[in-house]
Amino acid sequence: MTDIEPDATVDARGAACPGPLMDLIGKIRSAESGDVIRLLSDNDQSLTDVPEWTEEAGNELLAVDELDDYNAFYVEKA
Amino acid sequence: MTEHVVIVGGGTGGTVLANDLADRLKPEIAAGDVRVTLVNDDPDHVYKPVWLYVPFGQREPDDGRRPLSELVDDAIDLQIDRVSDIDTGSQQLQFSGSSTSVDYDYLVLATGSTLEPSHIPGLAEGGYNYYSESGATALREELLEFTEGELVLSVIGTPHMCPAAPLEFVFMADDWFRERGLRDDVDITYTYPVQRVHGNPHIAEWAQPIMDDRGINVETLFNAESVDPEAETITSMEGTDLDYDLLVTIPPHAGIDLIEEAGLGDDGWVDVDKHTLEAEAAENVYALGDTADTGVPNAGSVAHYQASVVGQRLASELRGRPPTATYDGKTLCFIETGLNAASFVEFDYESPPSPAPPSQKLHWSKLAYNESYWLTARGLL
Repeated sequence: MTDIEPDATVDARGAACPGPLMDLIGKIRSAESGDVIRLLSDNDQSLTDVPEWTEEAGNELLAVDELDDYNAFYVEKA
Repeated sequence: MTEHVVIVGGGTGGTVLANDLADRLKPEIAAGDVRVTLVNDDPDHVYKPVWLYVPFGQREPDDGRRPLSELVDDAIDLQIDRVSDIDTGSQQLQFSGSSTSVDYDYLVLATGSTLEPSHIPGLAEGGYNYYSESGATALREELLEFTEGELVLSVIGTPHMCPAAPLEFVFMADDWFRERGLRDDVDITYTYPVQRVHGNPHIAEWAQPIMDDRGINVETLFNAESVDPEAETITSMEGTDLDYDLLVTIPPHAGIDLIEEAGLGDDGWVDVDKHTLEAEAAENVYALGDTADTGVPNAGSVAHYQASVVGQRLASELRGRPPTATYDGKTLCFIETGLNAASFVEFDYESPPSPAPPSQKLHWSKLAYNESYWLTARGLL
């Protein structure tokens, strides 16, 4: 478990692909540089979608917490 | 005491539901035990799929408009007004047009999607769209003048109305330019926000080879950040610049502010149980169509099927019985693959789509459905 304190959380649990990634991108759009966004997703596709997009967009995936029935992704906006 | 059902929104979902209730609750409405009001801020019902055909000169915007008064059963109270406040605690709505309020026993929100081009700097000035009447007619004029150069179709964000429509547009444009002998002079580029050409992996797998065969360029993981109308470039959050001569976009979408203000969900979408379509944050409130955050496509067929479920559930509740009807995610779409061929998909929460081989028969089926849509709106089909 990470102890990173996010600036905002996007709860996309229950959303079908590409919903979680699009919710994350939407939040990153309005975030400030350096903000950390936590994405909660129970969609397995997010395990590949989120790292691919954060790398492509130049943001940093700080941590992924694998919890019981969902994952928490911590993304820092570049 | 008369139970009052208020439906807000006279698009496909709201109109089909109103007519469904008029039929289903005929005895109760006739006896004065139930009253159903449909509120819409426009006297016309608009069938938006017509707009896809307008830029190619195949339909006129008026083909997609009919007065609600002609479509909705006389047993329904039709109110042309704009809702200005939703209070789910006191179960009351305020209206801006008449400065009056109304109490409801059951509320159904079918307020649909709105376009938000202002979310992307430069988009309103630099981009065309076919997601509005004015956008579709402006794009038609531009396309008629466009004989060479770079056409970019950019999907800016999801969810958006009709997830198939961006694919349909580039397939139809490809055909349209070929038929006019201009295809060699026109480059077509399609951009999509995730790492494939469509959000649904099965549809993406089907569409990508067609795009490859047609010579349609693809840019995935492209989330538009800004448009420079002077330089004619569109720039993504991922750092890619694309030059364009004609930019067609699917603008960012949102619901209506009232929903967020009422605490029913973010961005104007109502958080619902995806099977019962009941709002999670309030009692006696349903949402359907684009307004309901279920994760299924924002499509007319979804609103149609959901209206039937909500109709059955409301009738049960009004008759004092436990509601049992549930929505299984059923979605049904035709997908134009050119000017003379189309595919077809049907799927639900459990079963993925498997697009049918494109054929002229499916294309004519789609056109036939578009013509018979008015029977759907009336609750007959």
